[in-house]
Amino acid sequence: MKEGFRQAMAWLHTWTGLIFGWILFAIFLTGTLSYFNDEISHWMQPEVPVRQVSSEASLTLAQRYLQQHAAGAGRWVISLPSARDPGLSVSWQMPGNEGRRGPREQRQLDPLSGEVLQVRDTRGGDFFYRFHYQLQMPHPWGRWLSTSAAMLMLVALITGIITHKKIFKDFFTFRPRKGQRSWLDGHNAVGVLVLPFHLMITYSSLVIFMYMVMPASILVAYQGDTDSFFSELFPASESPKAQGQPGQLLALAPFVERAREHWGGGQVNLVTVSHPGDVKATVNVMRSSADRVMYEFGNAVAFDGVSGAFLTADPARPTPIAIAGSFYGLHLGHFAGPTLRWLYFICGLAGTAMIGTGLVIWLGKRQLKHAKSGVMPFELRLVEVLNIASMAGLLIAVATFFCANRLLPVSLAERGEWEVNSFFIAWGLSLVHALVRRGRAAWVEQLALAAGLFCAVPLLDALGSEQSLRVLLAQGDWARLGFDLTCLGSGVFLAWAAFKMRRAGQLGGKAPARTARVISKVEVN
Amino acid sequence: MKSLPVSYRLAVTSRVLAALFGGYLLAALASICMSLWLPMARAEAVVSGMMTSFLVYLVAVLWCFASRSAWQAWFGLLLPGLVLAAFGGLGYGLGQS
Repeated sequence: MKEGFRQAMAWLHTWTGLIFGWILFAIFLTGTLSYFNDEISHWMQPEVPVRQVSSEASLTLAQRYLQQHAAGAGRWVISLPSARDPGLSVSWQMPGNEGRRGPREQRQLDPLSGEVLQVRDTRGGDFFYRFHYQLQMPHPWGRWLSTSAAMLMLVALITGIITHKKIFKDFFTFRPRKGQRSWLDGHNAVGVLVLPFHLMITYSSLVIFMYMVMPASILVAYQGDTDSFFSELFPASESPKAQGQPGQLLALAPFVERAREHWGGGQVNLVTVSHPGDVKATVNVMRSSADRVMYEFGNAVAFDGVSGAFLTADPARPTPIAIAGSFYGLHLGHFAGPTLRWLYFICGLAGTAMIGTGLVIWLGKRQLKHAKSGVMPFELRLVEVLNIASMAGLLIAVATFFCANRLLPVSLAERGEWEVNSFFIAWGLSLVHALVRRGRAAWVEQLALAAGLFCAVPLLDALGSEQSLRVLLAQGDWARLGFDLTCLGSGVFLAWAAFKMRRAGQLGGKAPARTARVISKVEVN
Repeated sequence: MKSLPVSYRLAVTSRVLAALFGGYLLAALASICMSLWLPMARAEAVVSGMMTSFLVYLVAVLWCFASRSAWQAWFGLLLPGLVLAAFGGLGYGLGQS
């Protein structure tokens, strides 16, 4: 702690940033990847073809399949193809013993023929999405840890702004090839450039989990009865109970059009049918979250499945709940079209880079004091190892996850789990590597490996695929092509980073005095 | 770093504890007060209170590290905490009767 308000804030910025920097880097990177969740899942299940079909046609096929194979189920769930996710998936639950729900079955159907597709077992982009707030920890610890990290991120952001006196002047300053000074300029630039995004994404993550981390007001205002709070907040339409008499379910497709009429246009992404064979069958048509910014849990219109009568629709939300829902929606970005989605992705990468450069700066400043003796104290070496493994190691793990998707045999038992295992094995090995190698060598080698792996992803896709590039182009499968190109681009960028890192290491020996002089001018916190 | 006196380290630890736990408590109290006193439907007031509480937490954390001493940090949390607790208790009592 130092004297003066700004110094105190700089101190807080430095230490919150360091302690939670590694975990925040992982959260930001995997969260950024989640903006292309559907596209990643599509790439990881290349068996699902891209078809141009209407929601109604897919729904009719799904209904036919379910009536043949799941007539006695308690509930059908039909996920319709969308612009981003071309899959038509159906799932159902048979009534289990003693009133319990039976096991859940799921099939991927070809939206054109209605036949069952044999798809490889994979967690897809959902793995990154879940990881970025559950951190592969048992419930609810991962959510608590990631929300705590978000709160500290908010503290780090605000203290960073306070510390930064010349916020706009410095934004236009970039001094390349000045070592530590360049890192700081870069940190400031990516921080300030997308500051609104950083603030939005951090604050909204707190709003998303506020029911979990800040429940005191619910407990007091509802005298501990949280259930009645949630039913007041999200008045779910009570679907009628099954009567036990058989009923003839109407064709589902027209309900989609009627739901659209009710909303005044919009897209449907999910249709559920409760007790489909019963006289009291209920059809719920859910609106796609891509339709608007505000995110809602199951904004649905319910119909009587036998008579076709309109039952209920979710009411408009009151203002505070709409605000909370809008923060939720802004965070998820489901509403974003392709251009805005890329912008989200770039902003997320900028956030990741801001955290990464911050960690590098922390270490760089302190390393200089020990540059002459050449012996690094234990705590600095620890930070260095964690920096390498948490950044370069994570990139290796991500690329390994993608490569494993193409390399693991399709028939392997628990294949999806092995993809995840390969992610963590690669990450663990990178930590071991960072421990045994000297700092800069470890950086260069791991960045080079990550570069190689990312470049290998499109190659593996091309080699292992039955569809040639021309077929993909003809089908208009831009998501898969875009994925391959993005991996290639990432590989080239990482190769450049590895090259620069190596060169800086070679030059570093010659000009320590100059670097030290530059650093002494930088505010050292 | 090794030359720092023990009293300094204790003071920093004290501030960290004040920021983490004192700040959380203050934020929770603020959210309770808002849920009881805001002139809107109960569920809406609760949501508004929860959303605002994080900003209270943020300011509390900044206060703990900006204040001149660790004692001042604790005192600065205690005072608004007591006021909020009083308002919260009053609101809860009125709601019960």
